[in-house]
Amino acid sequence: MTNQSPRISSHFQLNESLLFEIGSPGRRAFDLPEIDIPVKPISEILPENVIRNEIPGMPELSEVDVVRHFTRLSTWNYHIDLGLYPLGSCTMKYNPKVNERVARLEGFAMAHPYMPVELVQGALETQKMLETCLTEISGMDAVTLQPAAGAHGELTGILMIRAYHESLGRPRRIVLVPDSAHGTNPASVSISGYEVQHIPSTARGTVDIERLRTLMNDEVAAIMVTNPNTLGIFESDIAEVCEIMHSHGALVYMDGANLNAMMGITRPGDFGIDVLHINLHKTFTTPHGGGGPGSGPVAVRKILEPFLPYPIIGIKSGGGYTLEYDRPQSIGKMKAFTGQFGMHIRALSYILATGPKGLKEVSEMAVLNANYIRAKLKDAYELPYDAPTLHEVVFSDKLQTRFGVHVGDIGKRLMDYGFHPPTVSFPLIVPGAIMIEPTETESRQELDAFVDAMLSIAKEAEENPEIVKNAPHSTRIHRVDEAGAARKPKLRWTGE
Amino acid sequence: MLAAIGAESIEQLFAGIPERLRLRRLLDIPIALSEPDLIRFFQKVAARNTTSYASFIGAGVYQHHIPVTIDALISRSEFYTAYTPYQAEIAQGTLQGIFEFQTFITQLTGLEVANASLYDGSTGLGEAVLMAHRITKRNRFLIAKSVHPEYRAVVATYARNLGIEIELIDYAESGRVNLERIGKLMDDSIAAVVIQSPNFFGTIEENAEIAELAHRHGALSIVNICEALSIGILKPPEGADIVVGEGQSLGVPMSFGGPHVGFLATREQYVRQTPGRLVGMGKDRDGRRAFVLTLSTREQHIRREKATSNICTNQSLCAMMCAIYLAIMGPKGLRDTAEQNLQKTHYAVQQIRSRTRQSILFSGNRFNEFVVQLQDDYTTRAQRFLRNRVVPGLHLAKYYPELGNSLLVCVTETMRRDQIEALVKGLE
Repeated sequence: MTNQSPRISSHFQLNESLLFEIGSPGRRAFDLPEIDIPVKPISEILPENVIRNEIPGMPELSEVDVVRHFTRLSTWNYHIDLGLYPLGSCTMKYNPKVNERVARLEGFAMAHPYMPVELVQGALETQKMLETCLTEISGMDAVTLQPAAGAHGELTGILMIRAYHESLGRPRRIVLVPDSAHGTNPASVSISGYEVQHIPSTARGTVDIERLRTLMNDEVAAIMVTNPNTLGIFESDIAEVCEIMHSHGALVYMDGANLNAMMGITRPGDFGIDVLHINLHKTFTTPHGGGGPGSGPVAVRKILEPFLPYPIIGIKSGGGYTLEYDRPQSIGKMKAFTGQFGMHIRALSYILATGPKGLKEVSEMAVLNANYIRAKLKDAYELPYDAPTLHEVVFSDKLQTRFGVHVGDIGKRLMDYGFHPPTVSFPLIVPGAIMIEPTETESRQELDAFVDAMLSIAKEAEENPEIVKNAPHSTRIHRVDEAGAARKPKLRWTGE
Repeated sequence: MLAAIGAESIEQLFAGIPERLRLRRLLDIPIALSEPDLIRFFQKVAARNTTSYASFIGAGVYQHHIPVTIDALISRSEFYTAYTPYQAEIAQGTLQGIFEFQTFITQLTGLEVANASLYDGSTGLGEAVLMAHRITKRNRFLIAKSVHPEYRAVVATYARNLGIEIELIDYAESGRVNLERIGKLMDDSIAAVVIQSPNFFGTIEENAEIAELAHRHGALSIVNICEALSIGILKPPEGADIVVGEGQSLGVPMSFGGPHVGFLATREQYVRQTPGRLVGMGKDRDGRRAFVLTLSTREQHIRREKATSNICTNQSLCAMMCAIYLAIMGPKGLRDTAEQNLQKTHYAVQQIRSRTRQSILFSGNRFNEFVVQLQDDYTTRAQRFLRNRVVPGLHLAKYYPELGNSLLVCVTETMRRDQIEALVKGLE
């Protein structure tokens, strides 16, 4: 690579084969105690036709083989502990280490979900306390922790809206989704048996109120809004949107992906939202894990409480917690047991360590950081919507496409400067979108280094576009032939 | 920073929020705790969950030994603080690990394709049912009553608004699904027959005939596996088109029911109807081996309302735990561990049969769970057990009223002889 960024230096990474290509018969890494009961030949316990005698292809490895293998693999990842991870809408903030420590306490990690409730009071107390905190932060009336992820929370919320309408006579037919919405929104709507109707954004990037009025009729069950929306803009007419919907007997669903912009500043419950999902892995620092586990609690207004998935955590009259299954109007179960408990502990740990003043500061700093990046980059990158933004900012590649450089190239080139790319090509309403969310956990030095990289890339796009178009140059592999991989998908190792 | 922005105050940055919507007080949550206080707090709360009881509860979540190597490796922040691997060039570690997970799942299930994991077994079964609905374009499902009751509840929630009808198939005296009943109900309107093996009662099902019946009518065979360790010693379900299940047994802590990890394997011909992420092996520009998320045209961010599922993430870190577990165990470790489960369960059954008045229900073969029908009242016996710090199993009345006075008992390799002795004594 030419023009190496001062942020990175080459450092050796070891190459590593697949597990199935290393190892050797007879190696072992496991350690099983001698069995302490009298044993019988297997043939006396099970008939031969159900027993498996081999697992073809499964490798035999030593502990060192396994540890080196996965350690080598790990060095090929970019991660939040390494540096800024400015993925817009994903809220890649630092994940405090203490969360990991407390989630691993034996009483939590070893708890079985079907233990008699008197023996798992600590788990239920943790969940109840998190519910209470999320209820207050969102300004809603009740919370379920059951959904496993944001999209799962969306599905839960829409199913509850459906159950609510059904309880009044009929489910209605349509859910309105703004064109700036995340792709999971329309997908969750169709799985709930509703039709999606898209509403276009205004030139300001917000929901078109006049258009909304014309679309309203008694077939509309709900609208799904994201606020601040995916452009980072606060829907200033949100209270009016809620009034219009409510006046037609319809409900308002809010995608809480961007809650990081508003903790202690404003609350969805206070502007009329009926149901909201919260991503613990975004706002509340549970680690993303390379793509899960997440957790997507859903907060609702009183009118939707009867429809929450069962069981709910109840408080016994004599003190202590219990699980209540007798919920005749419940939408049912979204997931076995009570949700991604390990994530609930981490989120509560974060909330308790941060406190009310701290959470407000989190949102303030997140918004400050995003506006700083906006100010520093707005001359070099086009800002398609110039309304004030909160925790994230969306630029486009319009100025760079003149030189044949597209958003994907800019993202890839950032890797050569030692950064993860921002979210690219989303939201769909901005062609060539570059969506940047720095979060509150980044220092000014880190932001400045990122700004310098982005400015330098803008300059390269003009002066030496090829270096951007062929990026990355410094990573262990270059761009992957995605079309080739999809044409003849190879989804497992077969020894070829 | 404010000067660079051209703002006077941080407050000004929030000017877009109408004043009447602003919260002009502090949130009513506890004030911030310091790190030592926070740890003390959680230690106190965690201690209110017991860890000193001998528990014979399984029922979809299993207590197995978890090699410490797993936690050491997944505690590397390179794995646990990374995002979904959309940017392949700087996410090869996660991508290769998931590709290895997919390969392991195909080896264990004997099928051709496995996805990058799903939230858990219960939602995985929901997705499998929707998948069969898409493939066959049919609406009726036959589901064994011996499928985990909570899994069935999740399927019902997922299916309710899509015009899907579910017919439950009772269990026979063997504990296996009533095959005759399936034969009677089977016709060309059925999308799939869904069973679980080992089923909720621990009985090992025989799928070959069921699959054949299903296929004769153009339906699919779906087999759910809650106890993944069983495939270390049992043949994979014969003839199944979709094998879906829970991977918690393979190195993931019980953690009060989550996070766990769902897996889904199927035949190559159905790959484009598979929900969730898939990692493929391909090449980079220079011809080097490279891994990448693939076939994403099935997914919500491209297809929006026409996607195969609304799923956005998988359960990556937990899938990684399974991959590490399987790498550590190898075929021999997996088999030896599974065999200890089998031996200890068999031993416990023999002891209960020969030394107590209680009867063991169901004659079919079992892996590590079985049902004990009590001859006397459950509640008094349960209290006595608890006093002796033994949780003898799951009371089935809530899920199967007809099995009211019975317990679902699980004996894994982690139960010592003296603990099994305490169980048997308590049943005398």
